Amino acid sequence: MAELGYTSNEIMTIAASRRLADGMVCFVGIGMPSAAANLARSLHAPEVVLIYESGTIGARPTVLPLSIGDGELAETADAVVSVPEIFRYWLQAGRVDVGFLGAAQIDKYGNINTTVIGGTYDSPQVRLPGAGGAPEIATASKETWIILKQNKRTFVEKLHFVTSAGHRPGAHGSAIRGRGPTVVITDLGVLTPDPETMEFTLSALHPGVTVEQARAATGWELKVALHLEITPEPTAAELAALRDLYARTEAAHGSASTEG
Amino acid sequence: MAEITTLRNAISSLVHDGSILAMEGFTHLIPFAAGHEVIRQGRKSLTLIRMTPDLIYDQMIGMGCASRLVFSWGGNPGVGSLHRFRDAIQNSWPAPLAIEEHSHADMAARYQAGASGLPFAVLRGYVGSDIPQYNASISSVTCPFTGEVLAATRALTPDVAIIHAQKADRKGNVLIQGITGIQKEAVLASKKAIVTVEEIVDHLDAPMNACVLPFWVVTYVCEVPGGAFPSYAHGYYSRDNSFCKAWDGIARDRATFMAWMHEHVLTTEDFAGFKRSLNREAEAQHG
Repeated sequence: MAELGYTSNEIMTIAASRRLADGMVCFVGIGMPSAAANLARSLHAPEVVLIYESGTIGARPTVLPLSIGDGELAETADAVVSVPEIFRYWLQAGRVDVGFLGAAQIDKYGNINTTVIGGTYDSPQVRLPGAGGAPEIATASKETWIILKQNKRTFVEKLHFVTSAGHRPGAHGSAIRGRGPTVVITDLGVLTPDPETMEFTLSALHPGVTVEQARAATGWELKVALHLEITPEPTAAELAALRDLYARTEAAHGSASTEG
Repeated sequence: MAEITTLRNAISSLVHDGSILAMEGFTHLIPFAAGHEVIRQGRKSLTLIRMTPDLIYDQMIGMGCASRLVFSWGGNPGVGSLHRFRDAIQNSWPAPLAIEEHSHADMAARYQAGASGLPFAVLRGYVGSDIPQYNASISSVTCPFTGEVLAATRALTPDVAIIHAQKADRKGNVLIQGITGIQKEAVLASKKAIVTVEEIVDHLDAPMNACVLPFWVVTYVCEVPGGAFPSYAHGYYSRDNSFCKAWDGIARDRATFMAWMHEHVLTTEDFAGFKRSLNREAEAQHG
C-alpha cells in the first residue's frame, strides 16, 4: 500500500485509536493496543485513562512501553497498586470500560487463542505464551476490542484452544458480564458482530482494500455488512503523531544502557 | 528473623533439589542474580512458580533446573517467544517440563490465599475459557449467598519465595518501591523468603504506607547491587532492553545458549563476575 502514503500497520493503529475517547477507562494490552491507546492520548483523547496490568492506573508514557511494567508507566501514573489489587478492585469489580487486547488467533465469535496451536495440549506444535490477564480482561470489561493482523493463520474457523472467551453461538452474552468483544480491528478493515448471530462480520474496509482480499485472509466464510464503510484516510496529523511516537520509542529503547 | 548473608549461602541453605520456588517480580525487580546462583549450584527437579516466566526462568529451564512450571504468561516481553521454555514443552529439552497454567488474576488470587492462610482463592475467572479443563488446581464454588458460580483455585504455598528489592536496613526490614507486583504476597505465602537488595542501609526511611516487609517474615537478606539486571530497579537503574532483545538470538539455539550460560554464568563466581564477563564481551565486540 506504499502508493497510499502509509502502511497497513499504520491505518490499523490509527483506526483503532479513533475509537477511544476522553474519560474512557481502558485496560491496555502490550503491543498494538498500547500503541493505539497512546496515539489516541496524544491526539483527540488526552484524558483517556490507561490501565496496565502491572498495577499502573492513569499511565501517561511518552514512549511506548516495551513491557507491561516499564518504569515510565509507574512514574507517570495517577496511582500504582499491586497486581492482586489491579485485577480485583479495578478489573473484576467492573471499573474498566474497554479491555483492549491483541491475540494470536481468533474465531468468528471473537474467542481468542494465545495458548497452543496444533498437536495436543500436552504436546503442541506451537506453544504460545499463555493467558496473561486476558481471560478476565475479556469477560470483566464492559466491552472488549481486539486488534490483530488478518490472515488465514490468525482468523480461523475453529480454535485449537479457547484462552479467552468471546461470544458463543446460541448463548448470547453467556456468562460474560459486559458486552464481550464488540469490534475487531485489523490491517484490512473492521469487523463487528452481527446483532443476531454474534458472528464477526466485515463492516469497514481500509482505503484500497477489497472485499475479496478480506475474504481471502479469513479462515471462515466472511460475511459482509449491508452497509460496508470505508475507513477515512489517516490525516497528516495522525500519521505524524504515530511516526513520532514510534521514533521516540525506538530512540528510547535502542539506547538503553548495558551497565547494570 | 532475617539474617544478612551471602547469596550463595542463602540459596544453598534453602534451595534443594525438588524445592518449590516462587521467584517473583512483575517485569520490575526480577531476581536474576538469585536465579543465576540456583543455576550455579546445579539444583534440579525444582517446581518453579512465576506469573511471568521471562528470561530468568528461560535460563533456569534451559539449564535443566526445573521439572515443573506453574505460570500465567511465558514470553519475552515486547520481544517474542521464550525459546528454552518452548523447547522444553515442545521437545522435552533438556528435560521434560510439566506445566500448570493459570491466568494472571488467578495467580495473584492464589498468592493472596496463600498469604492469607486460606486453602483456596475465589475469583470471577475463566468464564468461557478452556484453561480449567487442563488444570486440576482450578475448580468452581457456588456462592452461598447469591448462588453465583465462581472459580475456586488452590492456594500457593511455596517452600521458598525469592525476590529482589531496593533496600533493606541492617535488621532486615525490606522496602519495595515502584511497581510492587506480587512480591509481598509471594513472600507471605511461602515458608521461607530470600530477598536480594540493591543496598543495605542504616535507616530505611520508608514513607508511611510504603510496601515494607518486616524483618521477621524474611529469612535471608543478601546485598547484590544490580541483582535485577537486565530488568530494572526503580531509582537505581533502568531495564536493559537491548539485552532482552539480544536474548532472543542467544536462546534460539541450544548450543549457543549452552555456550553463553557456560561462559557468563557457570564459570563466573557471582553476579558481579557475570556482569564483568558480559562487559568484557561487549568491549571485545566493540573493539
